Amino acid sequence: MTKMNMLQAINNALDTAMAADDKVLCFGEDVGVFGGVFRATSNLQQKYGKSRCFNTPLVEQGIIGFANGLAAQGSVPVAEIQFADYIFPAFDQIVNESAKYRYRSGNLFNVGGLTIRAPYGGGIAGGLYHSQSPEAYFAHTPGLKIVVPRNPHQAKGLLLAAIHDPNPVLFFEPKRLYRASVGEVPDEDYRLPLGEAEITKEGTDVTILGWGAQMDVIDQAVERAEKEGISCEVIDLRSILPWDVETVANSVLKTGRLVITHEAPLTGGFAGEIAATIQERCFLYLESPIARVTGMDTPFPLVLEKEHLPNHLKVYEAIRESVEF
Amino acid sequence: MTTTKSKVVYSPSFTDGAEFRIPTFKLLKQDGKLYKSAKAPDLEKDKALRIYRAMVTTRILDERMLAAQRQGRLSFYMQCTGEEAAVIGSAAALDDNDMIMAQYREQGALAYRGFSIDEFMNQLFGNELDYGKGRQMPVHYGSKKLNYMTISSPLATQIPQATGYAYGQKLAGDGHCTITYFGEGAASEGDFHAALNMAAVHRVPVIFLCRNNGYAISTPAAEQFAADGVAPRAYGYKMDVIRVDGNDVLAMYEATRTARELAVKHNRPVLIEAMSYRLAAHSSSDDPSGYRSKDEEAVWREKDPILRMRLWLESKKWWSEDDEKQFQENMRREVLETMKRAQKRSPPALETLVTDVYDEVPPMLAEQFEKLKAHIRRYPDEYPKSAEHVKGGA
Repeated sequence: MTKMNMLQAINNALDTAMAADDKVLCFGEDVGVFGGVFRATSNLQQKYGKSRCFNTPLVEQGIIGFANGLAAQGSVPVAEIQFADYIFPAFDQIVNESAKYRYRSGNLFNVGGLTIRAPYGGGIAGGLYHSQSPEAYFAHTPGLKIVVPRNPHQAKGLLLAAIHDPNPVLFFEPKRLYRASVGEVPDEDYRLPLGEAEITKEGTDVTILGWGAQMDVIDQAVERAEKEGISCEVIDLRSILPWDVETVANSVLKTGRLVITHEAPLTGGFAGEIAATIQERCFLYLESPIARVTGMDTPFPLVLEKEHLPNHLKVYEAIRESVEF
Repeated sequence: MTTTKSKVVYSPSFTDGAEFRIPTFKLLKQDGKLYKSAKAPDLEKDKALRIYRAMVTTRILDERMLAAQRQGRLSFYMQCTGEEAAVIGSAAALDDNDMIMAQYREQGALAYRGFSIDEFMNQLFGNELDYGKGRQMPVHYGSKKLNYMTISSPLATQIPQATGYAYGQKLAGDGHCTITYFGEGAASEGDFHAALNMAAVHRVPVIFLCRNNGYAISTPAAEQFAADGVAPRAYGYKMDVIRVDGNDVLAMYEATRTARELAVKHNRPVLIEAMSYRLAAHSSSDDPSGYRSKDEEAVWREKDPILRMRLWLESKKWWSEDDEKQFQENMRREVLETMKRAQKRSPPALETLVTDVYDEVPPMLAEQFEKLKAHIRRYPDEYPKSAEHVKGGA
């Protein structure tokens, strides 16, 4: 075990994967000798050479197109998109290509080796274009897996699982936690399951569900609610696609209440999908409407980002309202 | 730091690149004779005949399947007519283990590699033997064993993928390369520019083959770009480029053979612009009479690449009138008989609706599938093709 922040854990996961398999390649904008603008790929070029860790021209659609081809060829590309806000030029390559490669070829070809890493989320004074959470756009695309870690231990285990998973995986990293989140991380190769949520705290009155950076926000809100005697069950969804309906539904069958929180805007956000599914499964057990605590339906603001974000106070309020309904 | 080693001037000096006029490489005249100073490529008789047979096979397949579409047997079809030399001449210059990532009009390359008429038909009819499991529209072929990447409808997406695929081949060090085909229209997509630039920067063994056939559906090349074709763009990427008479199979073969050497031996990506003409409609859903004249088509019909090669083969005494007659008869019969067989085969099993989305069917999708099966059981007459597959279930 070594104490690491999330960036170090991600760097360590990439190092682990590259050391174990020559076919693993890391590339993207500024990923080479500089080690990425956040330093997630630090020292990888120095260690594994320019042919396995390298800069690409500044063209996201090219990066993912190139990565799709590499994965189809049998390599294991880990492509970095510098900010999730800039993933959209690659939308076609991800949605029409990565996601459909296996299906459209009848499993003759696939890009299962592909992992796309991208820092997402707000809270860093990044304004419109360094703050977005685009997971819901991709969650509408069968064939992709979408994973979001909440801390360094999860980041390494989930990233290694993503790299080795035989399906294309979008790995969204909560950049607000890159240096803020610190924890003990095993030194060896270990993999956490994709498609499985984790109950991080058991409780009986209400279920609070989130992922990534929202898990810290949830923990603060829950601390406050529990002081008032509300017993909270907390679930980290971890995988947005495919998502773990069973774990969430079983929790809500027990608590009868569900609060879902994400940074992305309300309308069309993934909380809506979860709410629809859970009301189907748990209709007769629900004690209150399923609550969604999310970013507002605006472009991501700058000066007023604190007001915009679904912070611990807003989550706390939703917990109270759910219990008092 | 800039990489430009530029001389300095002290008054504004513009250039539109007009000094870069790219010549067209030709070897074979329409009468089947070589141009005066042209030298035929080193092509053995067997290989020359393999190329020719693939060209004729493609022409016959295209004619028959367009007719089948008109008869309502097939939902859709796309012909390669007029561009057989550009596609097959280039494919023949590769190693059969090189990867081909095509657009959708390159069935000739697949025919050259040995895709059987039965394999073509199974895809066209989307039956249970279709490798693609009936999931894609006709002409979206793919073959793992023939190193032919399954076709994807979105234009130009295959081009940066070819760069990536070839980068993987370079790292593997197996001496193979990738060729990617696309039209002059697709070359306007951002993916084209991304792919060429990345290939040049990373010195990737990839051949970009632009079939400049004059039209992107109805849009003529003159409304696609202001420049002298697609070829001059290579300068901007510092890439080797050649323009070839796309109806001249020998020139296409020789240009691609040389390009392959640059790619594989020297890690130099190459752009080839094959100048040709899409003699057929864009697809079975298109009618060219709305945007071009019969006279224009007639000019290009005179430049038929198949006839040109046939005359050359005959001049070498490698092919005769009898050979032609016999081959055409046999091929037409095979196409017809194979089509009838393929059309009768069953559709893919119902479960192929949900397999291959992921390596395994995820729980949520498995649940949706169970619901669907129960629904079909309730209305078997409404889903006659699928009802068989759900018989006997709960």
